[in-house]
Amino acid sequence: MSLERFIGHRSEPVVNVVEKGAVRKFAEAIGDPNPLYVDEEAAKTSRYGGLIAPPTFPRTFDYGEVEGMGPPGQGFIHGEHRIRYERPLFVGEEVSCYAEVKDYYEKEGREGNLGFLISERVGESPEGERIFTMLDTAILTPAMRESLGL
Amino acid sequence: MSDTKPAWRVGDELEGRTLPPVTRLQLIKYAGASGDYNPIHTIDEAAEKAGLPGVIAHGMLTAATMSLLFSPYLEHGYVKELKARFSGMVYVGDEITIGGRASGEDESEEGRVYTFEVYASNGESAVASGTVDFLVFQDS
Repeated sequence: MSLERFIGHRSEPVVNVVEKGAVRKFAEAIGDPNPLYVDEEAAKTSRYGGLIAPPTFPRTFDYGEVEGMGPPGQGFIHGEHRIRYERPLFVGEEVSCYAEVKDYYEKEGREGNLGFLISERVGESPEGERIFTMLDTAILTPAMRESLGL
Repeated sequence: MSDTKPAWRVGDELEGRTLPPVTRLQLIKYAGASGDYNPIHTIDEAAEKAGLPGVIAHGMLTAATMSLLFSPYLEHGYVKELKARFSGMVYVGDEITIGGRASGEDESEEGRVYTFEVYASNGESAVASGTVDFLVFQDS
């Protein structure tokens, strides 16, 4: 069964909230307790007027499931990550998120074919304004393909 | 945090640093904070089943580690774009060094955008590398 058939498939959008506690836990886990991420008082007097989220935080959101596949790339090895912001991401805001499979191809490796899954993840405001766009490359090894039954 | 508006010239180095060794607890914390419970990051048996010698750090944790380079400047701007390519596995006990170098600059409506080549290394080879566009607000 090839993953190629999922190219162009998109998940139904899921509304996520940038939760203060989640951002704090995330900032601690990545070893970056920047006051703009965790200190409400300090953030209030900053140019942002409130807390913001770390640049890699959006991967924690729920982007929904591509029918028949689940979240694209889940359980694979992460090859590349790219995120582009139109503006900073604020704590407390709602973000509507979806994922789309952009490409899948295989390349010959030493121990069998490696699969490369390219997926896009998008975050928008409730008004439909784009906040960020992510592009990820996930790699599937033959051993993983076997354990995932693909 | 830096009080003055940052400015770089092409070739300028960002202040690099070496982080404490990666611990299993850190990977467990990151799994919880990110919601990425792929067991190859926390459970040895699962990692071995996937053909790895032991648990590996989440690629996104390494990407987050590279973004630490820009944390001191957030009062004046933000990461506009981050591109990371994960080129090596990060294991428990690895000491990761991060660094970067300015490679370009450009004007935009929002402000000045500086491009940096960034890397994370385990002391022997790069485990991740990429570029970061950091925007410094016009009026900061």
